[in-house]
Amino acid sequence: MWAFARISDPLRRVALAFGLWAAGAAAAWAAADAPSRVVSLNLCTDQLAMLLAPDTLVSVSSLATDPTSSAMHDAAAVYPANRARAEEVFLLDPDLVLAGIWSEAETVAILRRLGIRVETFPPATTLDELRTQIARMGALLGREDAAEALIAGFDADLAALRRDPPDTTAVVYFANGFAGSDTSLSGEALRAAGIRNLAAEAGYGGGRLPLELLVLMEPDLIITGTRYPGTSRSEAILDHPALRSAIGSRPFVTIPDRDWICGTPAILDAVARLADAAEALR
Amino acid sequence: MTPGVLFPALALLAVAAFAASLTIGPADVGPGESLGALIRDDGGPLTIVMREIRLPRAILGALVGASLGLSGAAMQGYLRNPLAEPGLIGVSGSAALGAVIALHSGAAAAFALALPLAALAGATVAVLLILVLAGPRGSSMTLILAGIAISALAGALTSLVLNLSPNPFAASEIMFWLMGSLADRSFTHVWLALPFIAVGWVALMSTTRGLDALTLGEDAAQSLGIRLDRLRLLLIGGTAAAVGASTAVAGAIGFVGLVVPHILRPFVGARPALLLPASALGGATLLLLADIAVRVVLPGRDLQLGVLTALVGAPLFLHLIFKTRREFA
Repeated sequence: MWAFARISDPLRRVALAFGLWAAGAAAAWAAADAPSRVVSLNLCTDQLAMLLAPDTLVSVSSLATDPTSSAMHDAAAVYPANRARAEEVFLLDPDLVLAGIWSEAETVAILRRLGIRVETFPPATTLDELRTQIARMGALLGREDAAEALIAGFDADLAALRRDPPDTTAVVYFANGFAGSDTSLSGEALRAAGIRNLAAEAGYGGGRLPLELLVLMEPDLIITGTRYPGTSRSEAILDHPALRSAIGSRPFVTIPDRDWICGTPAILDAVARLADAAEALR
Repeated sequence: MTPGVLFPALALLAVAAFAASLTIGPADVGPGESLGALIRDDGGPLTIVMREIRLPRAILGALVGASLGLSGAAMQGYLRNPLAEPGLIGVSGSAALGAVIALHSGAAAAFALALPLAALAGATVAVLLILVLAGPRGSSMTLILAGIAISALAGALTSLVLNLSPNPFAASEIMFWLMGSLADRSFTHVWLALPFIAVGWVALMSTTRGLDALTLGEDAAQSLGIRLDRLRLLLIGGTAAAVGASTAVAGAIGFVGLVVPHILRPFVGARPALLLPASALGGATLLLLADIAVRVVLPGRDLQLGVLTALVGAPLFLHLIFKTRREFA
């Protein structure tokens, strides 16, 4: 619901919230065999489950309350946090455990041996995968209607945001000179905002892009992520004077990492911000 | 080779390495075009690349390399031991610890000079420890053992500080601080390090007469009017300033101060007065070449400079230990 907040009027937000709640309640009534004690071990499944069936969640991952990584850090604060350790999860007595496919593999293997049902989600890299994952999560939690409503709302908001601006170019540049790729949520957000990803076009997407090549690409926009607390040499490249010079007096576009780490409707915030930045160029 | 030939030759090599460092990079631009864009501002992105990315990197390479070569030669002259080298005896490592503390305590963010000053303080502690532990003649055994202990402690504390940082990238930067790199440095770093490095060079170069006299032994040097306490002070201060400031911006780069004086010593008849300036030029050349190599051999992999200098320097170090092993018996 929050995902639509910045682009929708309050009435619509209330209506949507009520719709989701009603759908959820009805589904819960209908599907008595739907899981009622769900534990999520992964930042991305945390958020999908909180969106679709907040009442069935028993625990979310400790990252879910981290404002840098989690778009739903406020909503997550009410749940006990877990650190994806097998014994703490087992003691929560879950009837469904949600996990990512990479990070919690050991825990998942142990839980499965103990006879607990575990469903794993790969990281979403496209908007289509984002929709599929919402639908799958809805089906797993017995909230198909809520999932459908969420996807429909997402598509409507995305359609409202889609722009076709005249040729605007950008490089998504992260710590260590890592450039955002085409086949990632950041690439999808750029595409949705009608912005060309120069690093990906030059074959540097998803890898290290040397600073001097970035300068020579002369992008219209440089898009960076959130800065983490403390200092690091890895992030120092984002303060390099050459990077500033490369786009003249224009400011960097900052997209909070939490908007596109996971495939959730929060990516709409990123798309809106990118579209605004492209708009501001003319 | 007479000094009249050696010094122009070394200077020529250093200038050539500097020019090569300016013209070699990931962007495929011809040397003429890139140097042209460096000299006159065409308002295009190539000028930004040359003036704000490649020029500071090449300048830092020369400054850091010269500092390491110079302080290596000076320490070897003072301790009369060819194994003394800022990296091996823990001076660079301690400087890195100081720099890391300044960066991760927030001191460097509040006050920019805190970074080189803290590195200098770290280097000073290490030089003092080495001189106290190794004694006036610096036997190889104590020198190496003290160096191992100081390096290990400084490295462990550096890792600890980086592991305690709230920043998720900090822990992966242990390698940078232990091995050193010039990637993506800017003029900010040049201006930060340059004053300290310059002071260090002046202090170290003013030790040459004393070091020359010291080759005859301490008593002879004193009878020639050399004040040993003043010489020691200049050596400590000069090494700490030059190596400290270099490490603060480029990380701990080892073996340059070992390899360069070793190669050049036969050409200057082992006279410190000649070996010091020769090692400065040679150090600059070596580090510039190493920095070119990391860009050419493994582009895009952020290979650390210390890896290359250690590949060249460590075998030489073993060779030197072999040669001086009678001391250990």
